[in-house]
Amino acid sequence: MGLFYTFHFYLFGVLAIVAAVAFVTRKSPVAAALWLVNTMFCLAALYIMMDAQFIGAIQVLVYAGAIMVVFLFVVMLLNLGHASDVTDIVSGKTKLAAGIVGLVLLAEVFVLWKDDTPPPPAIAEQAETGVIGVVAAPLFREYLLAFEITSVLLLCAIAGAVVLAKRRAP
Amino acid sequence: MIQEALFFSAVLFIIGVVGVLTRRNAIIIFMCVELMLNAVNLSFVALSRLYGIAGQVFVIFVMTVAAAEAAVGLAIIISIFRHHENVDLRNINLMRG
Repeated sequence: MGLFYTFHFYLFGVLAIVAAVAFVTRKSPVAAALWLVNTMFCLAALYIMMDAQFIGAIQVLVYAGAIMVVFLFVVMLLNLGHASDVTDIVSGKTKLAAGIVGLVLLAEVFVLWKDDTPPPPAIAEQAETGVIGVVAAPLFREYLLAFEITSVLLLCAIAGAVVLAKRRAP
Repeated sequence: MIQEALFFSAVLFIIGVVGVLTRRNAIIIFMCVELMLNAVNLSFVALSRLYGIAGQVFVIFVMTVAAAEAAVGLAIIISIFRHHENVDLRNINLMRG
């Protein structure tokens, strides 16, 4: 791992975290959504740097593209783009409790950081099948049933979304 | 490098948890859930370098479920908006005893 690689790995990781912090602190939903898109692009860069190029491409296409567009579409459909008044962020005891939960989880991260068990040997790369073939082969062999079930799930989600969002007849 | 990726993943997950707990806008809470799913995806990709390609396959499933969740959740939000004219979670207390 060269210095160039390490530098960019940390750069994208820190950028992702900074964008995520900006995302949870924005009042306006549109600004929050755009910061979340920023986080997702940084995560796509991390995926590509970890030799998961197909996942990186899907991350950009599906998450940063499709899912966030749906979110922004709903924000604009409901005309929620303007920042609401200070009522959005919870106050008092709830905020304190949320802060404590966050600190406890962060402390767990640092405890786990010290516990370095020896990693298992890395799996050898399958060079001849290409980047997508490596993912596609198990997806369509061992996990074919799960793959088919997700298609049914998507169909149910489409039907459910249409039924829920439909305007009731008066 | 895997350790750093797991660290980034954990921090992003924590940011998502704190966001869910501190915000009241339903759409922003949904986006925080998406952030948590993304953090878990980062863990999966990092660990797939050690334990084989199944982690990346699972990431694809997680993305599918996230897309379905976003579609249904936003439809629910639209439905709530028709009732209350806003998406503040304090107003959604119909099931409270």
